[in-house]
Amino acid sequence: MAEQHSAALAHQFDDLAQQLDASTFGMWVFLITEIMFFGGLFAGYAVYRSAYPEAFAAGSLHLDIALGGFNTVVLIASSLTMALAVRAAQLGDNPAVVRFLLLTLLLGTTFLGVKVFEYHHKWVEHLVPGPAFHFDGPLAPQVQMMFCFYFAMTGMHALHMVVGVGLLVYFIAQARARRYSPDYYGPVEVMGLYWHFVDIVWIFLFPLLYLIGHRR
Amino acid sequence: MMHRVEPKSVYFKVFAALMALTTLTVWVSYYDLGDFSIAAALAIAVTKALLVILFFMHVRHSPPLTRVAVAGGFLWLVILLVLTLSDYFSRGWLPSPSGW
Repeated sequence: MAEQHSAALAHQFDDLAQQLDASTFGMWVFLITEIMFFGGLFAGYAVYRSAYPEAFAAGSLHLDIALGGFNTVVLIASSLTMALAVRAAQLGDNPAVVRFLLLTLLLGTTFLGVKVFEYHHKWVEHLVPGPAFHFDGPLAPQVQMMFCFYFAMTGMHALHMVVGVGLLVYFIAQARARRYSPDYYGPVEVMGLYWHFVDIVWIFLFPLLYLIGHRR
Repeated sequence: MMHRVEPKSVYFKVFAALMALTTLTVWVSYYDLGDFSIAAALAIAVTKALLVILFFMHVRHSPPLTRVAVAGGFLWLVILLVLTLSDYFSRGWLPSPSGW
């Protein structure tokens, strides 16, 4: 087998296919721990939202659907560019990997920029849980709880985005050095898995946080 | 070439479907469907997640070991959610003796 002599093959693997399967499998095992981690947050959210549905709806009215929807579009678009970057890596087209990863980076930082703007707005409106929290009406304590979930869940999500943006910078540098080839694109594939996972978390956060208060 | 290289059109179609479902979830949230509002929101989100997992994350063409691991991960997530919520949602269904 010629590919056994490939420079990209680490010595502990039989062949390149096994090497790639092992790295994607390992990444999925890590992502499952992430699923369980975010799952705990979603379980807590479900318990408190079912206990205080009016407060969660009232708090949700203070989230901007236009900004949340814009960020949803931005993040899904970044998943598209990420998928195209992985495809380019599969073909060994390093310049295209650089282009698509730069687009992904641009969209990812756009998402985080909007998030900073939103957080700042919540701070100005005294909706950040803590001593400065203020909400008119008898539901104030429960609305504060809703915002605890909002900041914990979107904050953990944003932290994952920050990590992803850092990883993207590294992968762009690697692709610029023409490191990837049809024999060796596993790292880009694994980076893609991480990025898409973070996208999926947001796919659930958007309707559960932004879209529960304004129904007629 | 170890993994199948998808035509670009597959990714663009999945992106278009995700955009359509995002529009749908915003639109449907403006109607009061009672308990079906949350069911609709979750059904749309699960559909979007499946599209991302199967196409963007290549699980559609992954080896069986990876697919079993992925399915197992979500099975355990369901156990986490169902057991937690069955406790909280069923509290007060039965009268408990006072003094406990």
